[in-house]
Amino acid sequence: MKQEFFDPEDLISTGAAGRQYFSQGSDWDDIALEAAERGDETIVVNFGPQHPSTHGVLRLILELDGETVVSLRPAIGFLHTGIEKNMEYRTWTQGVAFATRANYVASIFNEAAYCLAVEKLLGIEVPERANIIRVMMMEANRINSHLVAAGTGGLELGAMSVFMVAMREREVCLEFFQAVSGLRMNNAYIRPGGVAVDLPADGLDRLRDLIRRLEKNLPELAQFANENPIFKSRMEGVAHMDLATCMALGVTGPPLRSTGYPWDLRKVQPYCGYETYEFDAITWDTCDAYGRWRIRLAEMDESVKILKQCLERLEKTQGQPVMVEDSKIAWPAQLALGPDGQGNSNEHIKHIMGESMEALIHHFKIVTEGFKVPAGQVYAAVENPAGELGCHAVSDGGTRPYRVHLRDPGFNHIQALPALCEGALVSDVVPAIASIDPVMGGVDR
Amino acid sequence: MSEITPAADGGELVETVAPLPPSPVLRQKSGMWAAGLEDTSGYSGLQRTIEMPGTTARPYGGWFDEVADRMDVLVPGFGTRVLVDRGEITFYVLPEHLVALCQALRDDAHLRFEVCLSVSGVHYPEQVGEELHAVYHLLSMTHNRRIRLEVVVPDGDAHIPSIVSVYPMADFHEREAWDMFGMIFDGHPALTRILMPDDWVGHPQRKDYPLGGIPVEYKGATVPPPDQRRSYS
Repeated sequence: MKQEFFDPEDLISTGAAGRQYFSQGSDWDDIALEAAERGDETIVVNFGPQHPSTHGVLRLILELDGETVVSLRPAIGFLHTGIEKNMEYRTWTQGVAFATRANYVASIFNEAAYCLAVEKLLGIEVPERANIIRVMMMEANRINSHLVAAGTGGLELGAMSVFMVAMREREVCLEFFQAVSGLRMNNAYIRPGGVAVDLPADGLDRLRDLIRRLEKNLPELAQFANENPIFKSRMEGVAHMDLATCMALGVTGPPLRSTGYPWDLRKVQPYCGYETYEFDAITWDTCDAYGRWRIRLAEMDESVKILKQCLERLEKTQGQPVMVEDSKIAWPAQLALGPDGQGNSNEHIKHIMGESMEALIHHFKIVTEGFKVPAGQVYAAVENPAGELGCHAVSDGGTRPYRVHLRDPGFNHIQALPALCEGALVSDVVPAIASIDPVMGGVDR
Repeated sequence: MSEITPAADGGELVETVAPLPPSPVLRQKSGMWAAGLEDTSGYSGLQRTIEMPGTTARPYGGWFDEVADRMDVLVPGFGTRVLVDRGEITFYVLPEHLVALCQALRDDAHLRFEVCLSVSGVHYPEQVGEELHAVYHLLSMTHNRRIRLEVVVPDGDAHIPSIVSVYPMADFHEREAWDMFGMIFDGHPALTRILMPDDWVGHPQRKDYPLGGIPVEYKGATVPPPDQRRSYS
């Protein structure tokens, strides 16, 4: 087959494109001079995909008139890894290990949305303790994700200390994740039917330490930035998006709540028992990047509040199951945390290899074959740190997903970037991206 | 699905209930035996039909009836069937009524589905003549409700009207469905690939598109790529 390759020189020679400038080996003064001589009104600049402040491999094609953004076109797909397609070739349980890699900063939420969808298809309820652990992990992950959003968002404006504080506290959250699930990121901890493994022996002490530490240190972020005049002047009134625009663009999460509309799925369509926890849906009324920043800070405090309630409940439910009773669904291996992450418990290995032939058969069948899920389709949604994360799961009655689609809020929100940035200064593009907090793993999947 | 027809004598609406259409068959499975069969010799030959949940007759329950009634009034004859399954309602919509229906769903005060959360494609190669499904998830923040619309088109002629004029947020989602499944959304402002490179050939999430991968050798044994391993489905 004849392959035709794109050659920019063709466009120039045919006059299909304007003059192109290459920065390699040139002097910017020459370029500026040449542009001035040619009298170009606007120039087109590629912002990304390797630009550090695009939050991953996001490419923005900016048309600039001086320093003003005339038009902005987002280009995505650089981190497309075929997660949804791959899930169709693994069992329902293995699917978790793929879903978690979508939005890798808020990975627990991907697992939760996927598992809620699978459980809806199966028509099962998970045990109470599993739900408490899920809520605990999700809220710790929300703090973690908001810290990344706030820290990198601050860094891009030159607020180095904000970044340092955020990364320092994030490290504590990740260590907690490692202690509970065996892995810092991409945990594959929430499984259809419950969670992979109960808390370790020192889990509650670690949770207590985490809460104490976050309560002490999170206010530092606010002290550094909230009233900082430079920070405020870069954020206030920037990336303005009112309620009507949010509705038209399907924007959820902190950008929607920054218009004063208290839409939080944990409140309005509770899942995992959120209706029994006491916390507030945070709103702000400025519709701008600063409002979204303040919402993230306040939401972290609310998450700490939920973590405290989880601690109480986990103390009361010690020893209760964390996986459904149904052994045709529950993962047969009693997982244990080893020094190198999740592994099978020695007790379990001893049982299947030395004591019970039936247990070995059962283990082999459910690990290799998996469980069957009745045919049909469902949609399950959770409130992820950036907005509504939905999972559309279709089953054909087999042991593998027929189709899984993750509706990531970042994917939807990148559509709002032109509305946020066009007509503004090019320097406002950076806080605008940070204020909607897209994670390219989730956007491109 | 029920049809509302005006009665001969007056303005009153009379409902006539049509027989439920059969459930869509996903595939025929054959094997040796299955749980529940008396003969376990393996020679009787299992034949099983896998069906997707089909059609639900009225009443649908809860607010579903209210919404369905209102949709029937605003856009009569918009769809083919309605399914209530696992607490979620799905309306199977004819492509020609999709945009008018979405407009009504968004603007009518009793419906007010402000947000189209996602457009998700599903490819069912076994359902001949209705291979490609576009699944729309709508959310009403005003009434705190969710519904699902499903548009079914044949593989050879996969044209669906774009709803970007009603729901601007569907822009990227429709592009993704085109990119991954080859569904053509007529009237979309710029229906180009979004996740795959512009010059990519094929639509990767269709069932006839291979996953790809190579055999991996590990300690003397060879592990085939995932799509060529033994499957139990």
